[in-house]
Amino acid sequence: MSDPLDAPLIELKDVRFGYGERAVLDGLSLSVPRGQILAVMGGSGNGKTSLLGLLGGRYAAWSGSVQVEGQEVGRLSGARLYALRRRVGMLFQFGALFTDLSVFDNVAFPYREQTSLPESVIRDLVLMKLEAVGLRGAAGSTPSQLSGGMARRVALARAIALDPMLMMYDEPFTGLDPISAGIIGRLIQRLNAAFGMTSLIVTHDVNETLRIADRIVLISEGRIVRDMTPQELRESDDLFIRQFADGLPDGPVPFHYPATPYARQLLGEGDAHA
Amino acid sequence: MLDFLEGLGGATLRVLARLGLASRFFVTVLARTPGALRRPGLLIPQVHFAGVRSLAIIVVSGLFVGMVLAVQGYEVLQRFGSADSLGSLVALSLVRELGPVVAALLFAGRAGSAVTAEIGLMRATEQLAAMDMMAVDPVARIVAPRFLAAVVSLPILAAIFSSAGVLGAYLVGVELIGIDSGAFWSQMQASVDFRMDVLNGLFKALVFGVAAGLICVFEGYHAAPTAEGVSGATTRTVVISSLSVLTLDFILTVLMFRGLN
Repeated sequence: MSDPLDAPLIELKDVRFGYGERAVLDGLSLSVPRGQILAVMGGSGNGKTSLLGLLGGRYAAWSGSVQVEGQEVGRLSGARLYALRRRVGMLFQFGALFTDLSVFDNVAFPYREQTSLPESVIRDLVLMKLEAVGLRGAAGSTPSQLSGGMARRVALARAIALDPMLMMYDEPFTGLDPISAGIIGRLIQRLNAAFGMTSLIVTHDVNETLRIADRIVLISEGRIVRDMTPQELRESDDLFIRQFADGLPDGPVPFHYPATPYARQLLGEGDAHA
Repeated sequence: MLDFLEGLGGATLRVLARLGLASRFFVTVLARTPGALRRPGLLIPQVHFAGVRSLAIIVVSGLFVGMVLAVQGYEVLQRFGSADSLGSLVALSLVRELGPVVAALLFAGRAGSAVTAEIGLMRATEQLAAMDMMAVDPVARIVAPRFLAAVVSLPILAAIFSSAGVLGAYLVGVELIGIDSGAFWSQMQASVDFRMDVLNGLFKALVFGVAAGLICVFEGYHAAPTAEGVSGATTRTVVISSLSVLTLDFILTVLMFRGLN
């Protein structure tokens, strides 16, 4: 029998999922080994965030299999789902800090809710996590006093409070200045190594991703279309990859949303706006 | 004609679907309520917000309603030479009707709308999702204590409203107009029945607390995560709570007092 630790931590097979009638993910398969930092890239609206929702058990796939540590996430509910989530950390796009709690209390929240540790131990743990993201000095602040980058670092400290095996990052670099984005990137890398985690980053920041990811997958039209290392991405002359990496407005991915031909619509044919 | 029927059918279905959603949510909230009772650290700040911080508006409104009742009541009663009954008129109107109903309407406008906006914004900023991802049930942690706070606070607020109203009526009726103080109090004491009037009034307030509490947490929890979503939900909380309180009041009054004649 093979060592269970060699088995991939995340295993998605032929996943179909969407909202209403529209399928966002269609036949997506992906396997992530332990310890890896995987970046999932792709244009907006390509189902990257839905992927995190499926892995966290917030949505159930229409069909296919979504497994984390060998457990079929879509079939878990109640206490068993919560048992899995205690081992999965998630950094939301804008941090999602509790605005009625101080920075300290935000990071203490998982300990107070999930453990019965005495307050003196919680205090030390919170200060350690805040130190890890460089914000021990901001413990007494409220979230509204923090900049976007600081808020995300506090949220990161909160997300890693219970030492998760898997960290999921939803657009961790969006809206940050290059320095803050660099800090978050280095933290993701350092924490992944220090705590032996596996990280899944959903992003479209090419620069940061190239710097920290072990592997990059590109999603388009609901499935994975490219799977490569940062080195391969840099050197590729694939038109699709180049369009994405260099930010070219038009290419294999069209600039225009599908519409009636321009001339015909201007002449009064087509939809209701004619 | 067909369009009209189609629209009517669609609207009815939407209302029914919303009612179904609210009923299921109500059951979920009720199931989490015992847990909220076991965590006073979560409940007490909510009672403080919904109850204690509503005191100013409740006391001032109660005083004014009582004073107006005294002026109007005196004007009518003295035509029949029974101005001495002012105490019982004021106390019965307040304890049976105005205390629970007006307190509930004020509560929906002050505390209910605030709770809806708070929960709605927590949803819009993904705080509820973050909590859920941290394996903490947002219904148990956020919704249940706020619902319970409304249920606990409203009967007390209604009682305080009625007391302030009686005091206001005393100030105007006895101190200002000059009705005999002994007659004012003894008439009141003779005509107000503890079970029929006081307890029934408090029971009404309890029912209103359940209704207003449920509506405000439901609207907040199901608000669309946008600015219009939260503002719409806040408006709906005030409108639906007020209409529900008035409807429930009519039903409860008929049930409580129909056997009396």
